[in-house]
Amino acid sequence: MVNGMAVAKDATIERKKKESQFSLVMKRLAKNRLAMAGLCITLLLFLLALLSPLIMPYAYDELNMADRFAVPSLKHLCGADEMGRDIFSRLLYGARWSLALGFLATIISTVIGMVIGSVVGYFGGTVDTVVMRFIDILQAIPGILLAIAISACLGSGFMNTIIALSIGGIPMTVRLLRGSIMGVRKMEYLEAAQTINCSVPRLIVRHILPNSISPIIVSVTMGIGNTILMAASLSYIGLGVQPPTPEWGAMLSAGRTYMRDYPHMVLFPGIAIALVVLSLNMLGDGLRDAMDPKLKK
Amino acid sequence: MWKYVIKRLLWMIPVLLGIAIVIFTIMYFCPGDPAAAILGNSATPAAIEAKRVEMGLDRPYIVRLLDYLKQVFLHFDLGASYFQNQSVMSGILYRLPYTITIAVICMLLQILIGTPLGITAAVHQNGFADRICMVIALAGVSIPGFWLAMMLVLFFAVRLGWLPPYGVGGIQYFILPCIANAFAGIASQARQTRSSMLEVIRSDYIVTARAKGLSEREILYKHALPNALIPIITVVGNGMGMMLGGTVVIESVFSIPGIGMYTTSAINNRDYPVVMGGVLFLGALFSLIMLLVDVIYAYVDPRIKAQYEGQQKSWGRRKANG
Amino acid sequence: MGKSKAHFIEIKNLKVHYTSEGRKIHAVNDVSFSLKKGETLGLVGETGAGKTTIAKSILRILPEPPAQVEGGEIFLEGEDLLKMSNDEMRKIRGRKIAMIFQDPMTALNPVMRIGKQIAEGIVLHEKISAKEAEEKAKKMLEMVGIPASRYRDYPHQFSGGMKQRVVIAMALSCSPDLLLADEPTTALDVTIQAQVLDIIKNLQKEFETSMIMITHDLGIVAEVCDNVAVIYAGQVVEYGSREEIFDNPVHPYTIGLFGSLPDINSDVERLSPIMGMPPDASNLPKGCAFSPRCPYADEQCKNAPAELKPLGGTHTCRCIHERRAEKLNAQGVENLH
Repeated sequence: MVNGMAVAKDATIERKKKESQFSLVMKRLAKNRLAMAGLCITLLLFLLALLSPLIMPYAYDELNMADRFAVPSLKHLCGADEMGRDIFSRLLYGARWSLALGFLATIISTVIGMVIGSVVGYFGGTVDTVVMRFIDILQAIPGILLAIAISACLGSGFMNTIIALSIGGIPMTVRLLRGSIMGVRKMEYLEAAQTINCSVPRLIVRHILPNSISPIIVSVTMGIGNTILMAASLSYIGLGVQPPTPEWGAMLSAGRTYMRDYPHMVLFPGIAIALVVLSLNMLGDGLRDAMDPKLKK
Repeated sequence: MWKYVIKRLLWMIPVLLGIAIVIFTIMYFCPGDPAAAILGNSATPAAIEAKRVEMGLDRPYIVRLLDYLKQVFLHFDLGASYFQNQSVMSGILYRLPYTITIAVICMLLQILIGTPLGITAAVHQNGFADRICMVIALAGVSIPGFWLAMMLVLFFAVRLGWLPPYGVGGIQYFILPCIANAFAGIASQARQTRSSMLEVIRSDYIVTARAKGLSEREILYKHALPNALIPIITVVGNGMGMMLGGTVVIESVFSIPGIGMYTTSAINNRDYPVVMGGVLFLGALFSLIMLLVDVIYAYVDPRIKAQYEGQQKSWGRRKANG
Repeated sequence: MGKSKAHFIEIKNLKVHYTSEGRKIHAVNDVSFSLKKGETLGLVGETGAGKTTIAKSILRILPEPPAQVEGGEIFLEGEDLLKMSNDEMRKIRGRKIAMIFQDPMTALNPVMRIGKQIAEGIVLHEKISAKEAEEKAKKMLEMVGIPASRYRDYPHQFSGGMKQRVVIAMALSCSPDLLLADEPTTALDVTIQAQVLDIIKNLQKEFETSMIMITHDLGIVAEVCDNVAVIYAGQVVEYGSREEIFDNPVHPYTIGLFGSLPDINSDVERLSPIMGMPPDASNLPKGCAFSPRCPYADEQCKNAPAELKPLGGTHTCRCIHERRAEKLNAQGVENLH
């Protein structure tokens, strides 16, 4: 009984501490104008992607042969492509694909990486050696090449592309988490938790993960940007999501043929990609500074 | 130290073996039949089947895998391309100079431009120079390299006509690919240098140096920079890996017949020996670079050197945070 | 010149604050003291009282921002250090004033040979060749008890105590006139503490160096200091010669410090710690800074700040009730706790 009470009390204290830490980070983040701009742009793009059917001036697949290769004008804000489809509408609707690719692939790879990383980091020993050697192997293959090979193996398509993109991201999360777990493993509060009979999974989830979470959050934010870039590269090479899907990389790939005469076909999708990645990076930078205030000022 | 280097070189064998197994397995499960691809659309199923037997493609996975490993690791033979009448090794060596040229130039650009940018930003923290450097750096890591390449081609080749838009030839053919490929590297180098510098500038031994009466310049170059360089070396190594990966896409934009292009087109053609050979080669190159990084580490940081000379340690642990 | 010679270094009304996340933290509030040539002054107080900030302001090595010297004067042989140009100040650092830092683990550059770290300052200030500087640096190493053969070693090859000796050798290498020792023994094992303290004392005697010893350890004060300044919340709350402070502490805080010290001679069963926490330096009390923790405080203390009052001799104290505390102390304070 006494033990139970102690644990309960401990938990409330921890929750309180975590909350105050969270609000502290948020307060610092709110002061960082660049990070807030990044957050706003990211949220805005999400909103636009979700609401795109309502705000698109044309359907994303509406052909209009009369407007083939139309240059940007009031009628077509970003011009039209080789089939006369409105590029602005396609960008808005295509944000769904690009954002979903980036977020899903990063989150999948992070979750898998976290599970492997915590197990490896916690148990160490043989498990650690074996898994880490495998991770070494994966990391010795240039990321884009690995993604290309897996993507070629699985074939194109949305889900397959997500898998291809997420496998390359796993090693980094594993290393990150393993590193921070190794770091906190020897801390005394873990021994303290063990003395009150805390089970191993509980130990990892309740005590170790909360202490390694901040680098993970930063790496996820930045990772989404990188994944979007990588997805675009894949589509550009002709793997990944295929035209006529209005994924931004695929639009670039399709526009490539005509870019000499109609640069607007590649200009706007590229700007869209750069904008998303930029705002995610600004947010990630801000988060990192907010979570590790000693690096700031 | 030598013992450590040799140990690391020996470690590369299992890693390369692993890469070979991984890439072989991925290729094994690839849809599409190289035999059919070689014979073309008009081939009869019987002819294709005969070709499969001839190529050994009908054998089970494990037999083919062991066969391949034996061929590569015992006879040092990467095999021959299915389509071109050429051994994979000579194909790689023929294309290597293009890839290496781009990667080395990009690397130099990254170090020579990125590092000073980062130092300037850190020294003038929150000042005007800092803002400018960081905006450039943020843009650099956010712009897709291949898109930047397209924009450069549109402007400098198509609009101004100063530089060739694609292909290979004299040095002028390398300018645009290198700029496009190096931009991200320069940017991440600048960011890392800045944060590493900022951390070092705050440390106690910098205060000690100042208390000695050294000038800010001496403090910066004699005390801060050598310490700040240590984590930056990793970035350079990772950057080199990124450059090698980046060339895969850049080569395709500029139609440069380098290893990246060789490998990616082989993936599309199901030219397995070329794919596996190319990936293995790039993997070996990357592992060697990371070994070089660790050796340089030991050279720069006496603490790490002592560690190597003392006890053994697992290798490659600093590759995280690419 | 006569007066400035008497006071080799003189600090007047020094005020320093830090800015952190928009809040102003008052680290040093109107501190004045002076020091004669060859003397040792102890700055005593809790962690965070502003002792290190005072020392770093003298050398002008505070990180600015976030720190900022708001006002005051620091005279070294009659010249105000705070008004000097950076170039002039660099000639003072290391040569006239040197500092021993608190944490030897982080005070040395990890990638530079320790010999070079010592010789660097010598070359800079004594305008001698690198060869001669190396000789001198080796001599300094031996003086602090490290064999000259370790000249080419790196900091990670030394233990904490040895590193602190290196730091001491570095600080004394140019025979400075004033040594700022910032808790030079705090990070060390108890057994090493005495050795390091001895080294500092001997070298100080040899070079006739004045010293400001920052510490929270009254034992060290008793051992090495001629005068003592007790610092609380960035203020000198009591100042006097070692004898005046030890024999007749007047400020309730000083009395508290002695009360929390184990005394082998007295038969008290439990130590009496000072209750409460040091005040938040971004929000100091309106009246006497110690009043929230002071067992003798009354309304008057809480409303008006206390001024330093002379008590005879060099002894001064920042307490409006100094005699009351003294009397109560004489009666024994147990009944108040």
